[in-house]
Amino acid sequence: MQAYTLMVYLAAFLFCMGLLIVIIKRNAIMVLLGIELMFNAANLNLVAFNRQYGPQLDGQVFALFVIIIAVCEAAVGLALVLRIYRYYQTSMPDQFSELKG
Amino acid sequence: MSFLDAVFLFFTGLAAVAAAAILFSRNVFRSALWLLVCLMSVAGIYVLSLAEFLAVTQILIYAGGILVIILFGIMLTTRISGKPLLVQHRHVISGSLAAIGLFALLSLYLSQLPTAGTTLEPQPIATLGLHVFSEYALAFEVAGVLLLVALVGAAVIASELKSKT
Repeated sequence: MQAYTLMVYLAAFLFCMGLLIVIIKRNAIMVLLGIELMFNAANLNLVAFNRQYGPQLDGQVFALFVIIIAVCEAAVGLALVLRIYRYYQTSMPDQFSELKG
Repeated sequence: MSFLDAVFLFFTGLAAVAAAAILFSRNVFRSALWLLVCLMSVAGIYVLSLAEFLAVTQILIYAGGILVIILFGIMLTTRISGKPLLVQHRHVISGSLAAIGLFALLSLYLSQLPTAGTTLEPQPIATLGLHVFSEYALAFEVAGVLLLVALVGAAVIASELKSKT
């Protein structure tokens, strides 16, 4: 098995793990961890395909921008979690149900 | 199997095990530390895939930045009781079905992936820098503005300031 095949399978596995964490954990911070894992899977895909195809470095540059977006997401997400925690005194997403119809 | 292949396999296995450990650990703090292990092994894979700059960025930003923010978040949202923060699970069966189904679909697609291609040659980091600052200069500037907006927004959201109205 080639190294890049292994990398794309690992990326698929990490993405599914991230999805599973986002779905089943009852804590907002765990949801953020799962999203970070999914970002990593996407980056791993970009690097793997860049390794396999072409002398250009476009995939790596794209992965760099993905990391920047991930930083923004983590900062804003944690700020929202802190704000919500202060308001509701809990960080379980199921209990933020004030807007529920 | 050469030494580099063995190191590559080691990092791949470590990343997979760490991702599974995040899932099975009920303690949020331990999950965050397992995420750190996972990110580090992904950085190792980057080094072996000729993406050294990306590996350094990964360690600096993910392990040094995001993980610290997440640990702060965990400490600030834990009630001060001395107990570790435990997480309950919900939707276990439907979530597992969704994840396993998605993985099966992805592997079905990945098994038909062509293996041909022109493999990447080792290049100096200056090439990557030239790419970022010539072809992708506009995207770079926009990313800088986005970072500024996100940081100011995060500070405003998390601060205690009352509105004047």
